Amino acid sequence: MNLNIFIQHFINALSLGSLYGLVAVGYTMVYGILRLINFAHGDIFMLGAYFVYFATIVYKLNWFVGVIIAIILTTICGLLVDRIAYKPLREAPRISALISAIGVSFFIENFAVVVFTGMPRPVVQPPILMKPIEFENGVRLIPLGILVPVVAFVLVGALLWLLYRTKPGLAMRAISFDIETTRMMGVSVNKIIALAFGLGSALAAVAGIMWALRYPRVEPFMGMTPGIKAFIAAVFGGIGSVPGAMIGGLILGFVEIMSVAFFPTLSGYKDAFAFLLLILILLFRPTGLLGEKLEDKI
Amino acid sequence: MSETMLKISKLNVNYGAIHAVRDVSLEINKGEIVTLIGANGAGKSSVIRSIMGLTKSHAEEMTYKGVSILGKPAEAHVKLGISLSPEGRRILPQLTVEENLALGAYIRDDEKGIAEDLEYVYTLFPRLKERHKQKGSTLSGGEQQMLAVGRALMSRPELLMLDEPSLGLAPILVDEVFAIIREINAQGRTILLVEQNAFAALKAAHRAYVLEVGAVSLSGTGAELLNNPKVQAAYLGG
Repeated sequence: MNLNIFIQHFINALSLGSLYGLVAVGYTMVYGILRLINFAHGDIFMLGAYFVYFATIVYKLNWFVGVIIAIILTTICGLLVDRIAYKPLREAPRISALISAIGVSFFIENFAVVVFTGMPRPVVQPPILMKPIEFENGVRLIPLGILVPVVAFVLVGALLWLLYRTKPGLAMRAISFDIETTRMMGVSVNKIIALAFGLGSALAAVAGIMWALRYPRVEPFMGMTPGIKAFIAAVFGGIGSVPGAMIGGLILGFVEIMSVAFFPTLSGYKDAFAFLLLILILLFRPTGLLGEKLEDKI
Repeated sequence: MSETMLKISKLNVNYGAIHAVRDVSLEINKGEIVTLIGANGAGKSSVIRSIMGLTKSHAEEMTYKGVSILGKPAEAHVKLGISLSPEGRRILPQLTVEENLALGAYIRDDEKGIAEDLEYVYTLFPRLKERHKQKGSTLSGGEQQMLAVGRALMSRPELLMLDEPSLGLAPILVDEVFAIIREINAQGRTILLVEQNAFAALKAAHRAYVLEVGAVSLSGTGAELLNNPKVQAAYLGG
């Protein structure tokens, strides 16, 4: 393998990994607070991509405007999922919310089939993002491949700033340890939970939009596999940890791309590597790379 | 002359079939230290948790400065001026000392006032200042207790409720904690103190209520109860 091809694989892995990371961050934030695996998260990702399709292809809006509208609409959907499917079950046993999550996921996917039809739809690729840049040494890169990790890192950086430098962030970290004590300090817990869902959904929307640009199409079940992979990434990085989710996503992206790059005959097994990674981490380090041992919530 | 700060009549708390608090009535006047003493399981914590809105309860009346707080959620209480240093300290283990204190001031936006109160807490508990960057989980039991009291002070409460502040502390630290409670009170804060250490609590308090299996069995000034033979026999090892 020459350097040129390696660099392309590297950028590709970075790009895929940061998309997994962006989605994984949403899983990890909600899990950190509610100990709930939000199975509908992958479907929120799909909605983000569909909203861009509608804004740009159906309503012919400017691409950038369409993206902004799609992020806002997706965030609202994420908030609605919490409000309708999880909030009424806050005091219920945790398994009830989990079952509700699976139900919401099936509902969104099938609702999408009914409303959007099951047919894959094309996505507008802005030419500026797709025109390859050629370097003197022969390396060719597509701007989108660079844009994806840059956007992902900036957004996760902004999220970390929010978590560690602002009051709502402090409340969010506090809630993940002890909801009752945090309430006693005057924090409206449901608002902070909504904030976590909103932020997670916005990041999933961005990931869904960039995912759709890479492939470039949208379909109702497009969120399933990336959703599961991102969940694996969150577990791998240590569920509950935001930096862990990003690192887990990147590792997963690299394993997936590089295994196929170096062993092309194994390309049919690329999804299996993700699950192998999950099994290995659960066997040897169940708390994940950056996870802390959390006592079960009281 | 004395102004009623908190008034409770006929408070009842049930946990399933267990009737943990029965018809408890009490009053706290502005500027007082009032203590609630009693054996383990007498319902002391249930009373304080009901006041804070953390436990479901029924009462004929529960008012704070004349306003009913019955059925209000816990997060509303701190805005009214009530704060609680809970039983078991409930320090947030992965947050630093400084962050735990900042959380105590969550409802406030007056940065200058918060900085003043932070300085005040650090003057009361210099150990916390030394350890302000350390995570809560790395503190000793005594330091965690200081942090719990300090955090409760950060909302600048008018009524400070302390649930078992001396539990698990070395005797020398117990004296220190009670000295600080008196100091906080001397600066104008009303205090409701729940304690198993009846002797120290009665010495510090203006007035006291004795709880027995969920009901008030005796009440009076701290000095009266210290000299009461029944109290001496039951709680003071006399």
